[in-house]
Amino acid sequence: MQTARNKAWSFTWAIPALALLGAFVYLPLVQNFGFSMVEWDIYSGSQEFIGLENYRKLVDDPIFWSALGNNLLYSVISVVFQVFGALVLAALIESIRSDRWRRALRAIYFVPSAISLTVAGLLFYFIYEPNLGLINFLLDVIGLEGWAQPWLGQESTAMLGIIAMSQWQGFGYSTLLFAVAIQRIPSELHEAASIDGVGPGRRFFMVTMPLVREMTGLMMIVTISGAFQVFNEVMVMTSGGPNNSTQVLVTWLYRSGFVSNDFGYAAAIAMVIFLVTLVIGLVQLWITHKRKVEW
Amino acid sequence: MVTRLNFLGVIGKIFIWTFLLGLVVIVVYPLLWMILNGFKENAELFDNPLAFPLDWSWANYAKAWNRGVSNYLMTSVLVTVTSTIATVFISAWAAYGLTRVNIPFNRTVVTLILGGLMLAPAVALVPLVKMFQTLGLYNTFWALLILYTAFRIPFTTFLIRAYMIDLPREIDEAAEVDGSSRWSTFWRIILPMCKPIIVSTVILHILFSWNEYLFAMVFTSGTGVQTLPVGLTSLMSKHGTDYPVVFAGMVIAAIPVVLLFFFGQRYFIKGLADGIGK
Repeated sequence: MQTARNKAWSFTWAIPALALLGAFVYLPLVQNFGFSMVEWDIYSGSQEFIGLENYRKLVDDPIFWSALGNNLLYSVISVVFQVFGALVLAALIESIRSDRWRRALRAIYFVPSAISLTVAGLLFYFIYEPNLGLINFLLDVIGLEGWAQPWLGQESTAMLGIIAMSQWQGFGYSTLLFAVAIQRIPSELHEAASIDGVGPGRRFFMVTMPLVREMTGLMMIVTISGAFQVFNEVMVMTSGGPNNSTQVLVTWLYRSGFVSNDFGYAAAIAMVIFLVTLVIGLVQLWITHKRKVEW
Repeated sequence: MVTRLNFLGVIGKIFIWTFLLGLVVIVVYPLLWMILNGFKENAELFDNPLAFPLDWSWANYAKAWNRGVSNYLMTSVLVTVTSTIATVFISAWAAYGLTRVNIPFNRTVVTLILGGLMLAPAVALVPLVKMFQTLGLYNTFWALLILYTAFRIPFTTFLIRAYMIDLPREIDEAAEVDGSSRWSTFWRIILPMCKPIIVSTVILHILFSWNEYLFAMVFTSGTGVQTLPVGLTSLMSKHGTDYPVVFAGMVIAAIPVVLLFFFGQRYFIKGLADGIGK
């Protein structure tokens, strides 16, 4: 029935989205691959093809490896707190009888996610600040002044300090998503288990966990992928210092390109981020297809 | 037996409530501290960071406002409003085509649009800088509008498409019988039916563009085009010793989205449930 002309016209619906994605997402992605094999000085404009030299430099760069390690640490801790911690928390909230309390708690926990990473990062910069920060002050109040230290100013604590802020900022968002998923579980299932004498702890493992498995899988993927794209919080709190101890892949990319004027090398770091997030994305596709979920 | 269970139940309840309320304190206390510090004098802040301000003056808010926050706020509002309209409209447009029009190679088109979900913005950063410099869009409002729209189309289309799939096809057929064109079916019938998901994608996009940092930092540098997240960090570096002013700026930046969330909470949660639960 459909004429050729109609067929051509039907593309009108897809064209705006495809054009924008093509020009500003896919094309740069392809170009980036080319740039990663170039030595490029943006000020003089000189570009020289050097093959895989940037990648070899990457392998020999200790800061690259420590940045990758920081991203890994980030994803492990975030999965613990923002996936499993949030799931337990959401189950606790949803077990509250009072509608009002449930809603209030979900909303309060979410507030840090609404205030933006920049504001949260600056806030925690001050909280960790040695002279006026909350943490050292509270340690002083409870008599542990010996534990006071410049949290973001020393290599041993800076990265963990940033990650801790990130958990504070993000757990409410994943808790909200899990709460939504738990609400979709038919209440008869819990009631049936309850009548059979199954306690709340075992009900969590036998009813809640299996039934929000898809959401848990999705959240793990999103969280791990996000952990490899961390930028804002590190930039605001330490800019990668002290002594590059808090560099992550994106801040190292930024620094290599925009500070050290080594854009080819920055593009090579970008390729690593691309590969990592692509693999994570493909795992996600594989999982959703296996479960026959509409994608 | 019954009393033992009750006893355990009570202990459990106390434990759970202590945990939940302790977490409330951990969330609220830093925020309260931020708000209070916005009202203090600088010396006061250093003398006793935990105390209430001596007098509640709005001087720091006025200072922050005059030192650029008003500009950053205007830019943020402009970028947020325009990119929200562009993203949601283009995504709804694409979602309609993908669910209701027989586009040739439909599967490929879906993959191309939703595949963008997998790509990290940082990967495109270096080529985009060159591209925007060549196009003369570097350090302009257009750079952020285009990037926020392009990079959020996949996610927004994903959510709206999931919602549209469930709307019965008969609606379109009935409209067609009544002589309605595709365009007016989309605009007058399907779009209004998608109101719940449209509202939640609008909220999600506002949250995103209000808070985005990487592109905002790389693609803008002058005060006329900087958004709040970048503006706040430059406020910090320029007036870094006048901390209460920075705190005031942080509060100003935080308030609009927090209010938006509280008023749109119902839609927001419903949208998340509809879109991600698929």
